[in-house]
Amino acid sequence: MTTVFDRPHALKDVQLHYCPGCTHGIIHRLVAECIDELGIEGRTIGIASVGCSVLTYNYFNVDMIQAAHGRAPAVATGAKRADPNNIVFTYQGDGDLAAIGTAETVHSAARGENITVIFVNNAIYGMTGGQMAPTSLPGQVTQTSPYGRDTKTVGYPVKVCELLSNVDGATYLERVAVNDVKNVNNAKRAIKKAFQYQMEGKGFSLVEVLSTCPTNWGLTPEKAIKWLEDNMIPYYPLGVYKDKYAEKEGK
Amino acid sequence: MSEDMSEKVLMKGNEAIAEAAIMAGCRHYFGYPITPQTELTAYMAKRLPKMEGGVFLQAESEIAAINMVIGVSSAGKRVMTSSSSPGISLKGEGLSYLAGCDLPAFVVNVQRGGPGLGGIQPSQSDYFQATRGTHGDYHTIVLAPDSVQEMVSLTVKGFELADKYRMTSMLLADGTLGQMMEPVSLDVGEIKTFDKPWATTGTKMQRPNNIINSLSLIPEELEQWNMTRFERYKVVEENEVMYEEYMMDDAEICLVSFGITARVSKNAINEARAQGIKAGMIRPITLWPFPKKALCEAADKVKAFISVEMSMGQLIEDVELATRCKKPVLLCNRCGGVIPSPQNVMDKIVEANNLGGEKA
Amino acid sequence: MATSKVLFAGFGGQGILFSGKFLAYNGLIADKNVSWLPSYGPEMRGGTANCSVIISDEPIGSPIITNPDMLVVMNNPSLEKYEGEVVPGGKIFVDSSLIDRKVERKDVEVYYIPATKMAADEGLDTLANMILVGKLIKESGITDFENVSAVLDKIVSAKHQDLKEFNHKALRLGYEYAE
Repeated sequence: MTTVFDRPHALKDVQLHYCPGCTHGIIHRLVAECIDELGIEGRTIGIASVGCSVLTYNYFNVDMIQAAHGRAPAVATGAKRADPNNIVFTYQGDGDLAAIGTAETVHSAARGENITVIFVNNAIYGMTGGQMAPTSLPGQVTQTSPYGRDTKTVGYPVKVCELLSNVDGATYLERVAVNDVKNVNNAKRAIKKAFQYQMEGKGFSLVEVLSTCPTNWGLTPEKAIKWLEDNMIPYYPLGVYKDKYAEKEGK
Repeated sequence: MSEDMSEKVLMKGNEAIAEAAIMAGCRHYFGYPITPQTELTAYMAKRLPKMEGGVFLQAESEIAAINMVIGVSSAGKRVMTSSSSPGISLKGEGLSYLAGCDLPAFVVNVQRGGPGLGGIQPSQSDYFQATRGTHGDYHTIVLAPDSVQEMVSLTVKGFELADKYRMTSMLLADGTLGQMMEPVSLDVGEIKTFDKPWATTGTKMQRPNNIINSLSLIPEELEQWNMTRFERYKVVEENEVMYEEYMMDDAEICLVSFGITARVSKNAINEARAQGIKAGMIRPITLWPFPKKALCEAADKVKAFISVEMSMGQLIEDVELATRCKKPVLLCNRCGGVIPSPQNVMDKIVEANNLGGEKA
Repeated sequence: MATSKVLFAGFGGQGILFSGKFLAYNGLIADKNVSWLPSYGPEMRGGTANCSVIISDEPIGSPIITNPDMLVVMNNPSLEKYEGEVVPGGKIFVDSSLIDRKVERKDVEVYYIPATKMAADEGLDTLANMILVGKLIKESGITDFENVSAVLDKIVSAKHQDLKEFNHKALRLGYEYAE
């Protein structure tokens, strides 16, 4: 019998804690597949953040460090500088990366740290039960914006790829989504490219993955996917926001 | 730098710490400018990039700096950061995570007056912060040098203790010690190193993955982690207490002081002795673990203690606890960046001597 | 003398800290106990700068000088501030080109040296401080003048040989100065 589909080696054979329909599982798998295919498991260091992805240290089969809220890029900076031959990635949600950790995000990009950031944007704080995130959409109802996000009082969502595209130190920025097969495949291509860039010493790469949170959005998984397509993708357009090397090659 | 290590050189305290750290094998430094410790950062900026594997990085904040320390420490390498009081507050989060992750680190606080932005002149008002720490049950080894030479030896010791016990050791200095120059010998002897099989160096596909983590959602598990950690702290308390006794053989008045105020106290003790008052001092070198036993024993011999400190009465609490309030403990203090004069201390010695406390 | 406590005071930029460092090194090469403590902070830029140097046969307690044995002053505010602090019988070295009044104390020895003018006349701008130190060496007996070359070797880098000569010249001017 030929095995045609199996768990990536870089992903542990354990049950994930994510809610049914949550797309974290897909993103985990994509990261692990890339690690496998690039043959870097033995020298990869993952940095877990705070939020739903806090427990990623239990899932990836690589050396892992659990960082304080928002500090993953700083921890990654230390880990990478301690041993530049290792491949270092962070796995962060929107609250972690775009609210409490904004300074660490911007400055690790500005320094051109040779690390890879996997940024999962689901427009809500999932772990703490559905509060407004820096990426919650205008009008979006959450526990802490029960009347809908009012841009007059709490301002606008932070568009991370757009923001970082103005940072000279950033090498590769792409926003992808995991709402359908085509986009999932595209997301994997982007994540792989980000790791490859790091392997080639090309500098800071970030892949923003638009993701769903059926539980806190109060939707079925199916409807959550639809909500992502109808609301998030128009506000957060998919695509490459920066690729220093594509620019150089005139692509 | 002198080639002959035994030859003494004049160095500023801040620079001496930096050089000693390099001698202790530290090749990674992360910091953020703040007075009065900036010479340390500047020294590292000059030296480390010229060394093999040397990394100097000026972080975007104190918070980022301590988290970069966490990254390097996780990788099993010797690493440090330094700051002054307000910056140490920002590092507080990281100090708790270092403890929760059982990571070694060396942190320097060259104290200035507070609270808030406070001032830039020397202070010891971070005593509570250093010895009590931030959130959660944990300890930090706190080393308090009183000379530039001791800044060298305690820096080396600090790295060794950190690795040995997988803890943070903090060198608690102040603006005076950081800024002053004294002759130092950089002959630090053989440097002890420790295996770190727990480090996240990459599995090389040859071992199960290592995880550096302070989170447990199972209360009984987290409790057990803390219990285990405190077993290790107990070993530190039993084996690593350091203090200096000064003229304690026949002392009736025992001063307790650390760092720069201990030196002011020595001047006052000499003056008191010249006037026939038998004063002496126990100078804690480790503020945690605190020399409880030495103080408790002294309490049976002397008639009073004086806590000499540059804070509103922080060290005095540990003196009172250690001596079980067996004898009166007086406070001789200045704060806000003011250093007590030998006369301030002398006046307090006279006051203590006139207490008429019962002599054992 | 078992212990000498010397306070240098003036404006930032007059080489106050360097003077202290030079003196401290004299103590170091004589194998004495030494401490050097600067004032630090914003006042380093244009405000008053001062520096305390203790050289002693005994271990040094506090590096802070409350009552100096010797005071080297290079501006009026410093004289105002520290004149009263000098121990009776102590010495005060005054840059009389910059300080327009006499020392009021009668219980100290005072040396007036027009150091800034002398430095300008000799093309030794910025080395008035070392002229004062030269005089201090002469009058204090802290160190032998023969030692100053060795000290300059230690604190002036080899690539600034000319600076070493200028410093030496300034020290000698002060050392040989007679009112």
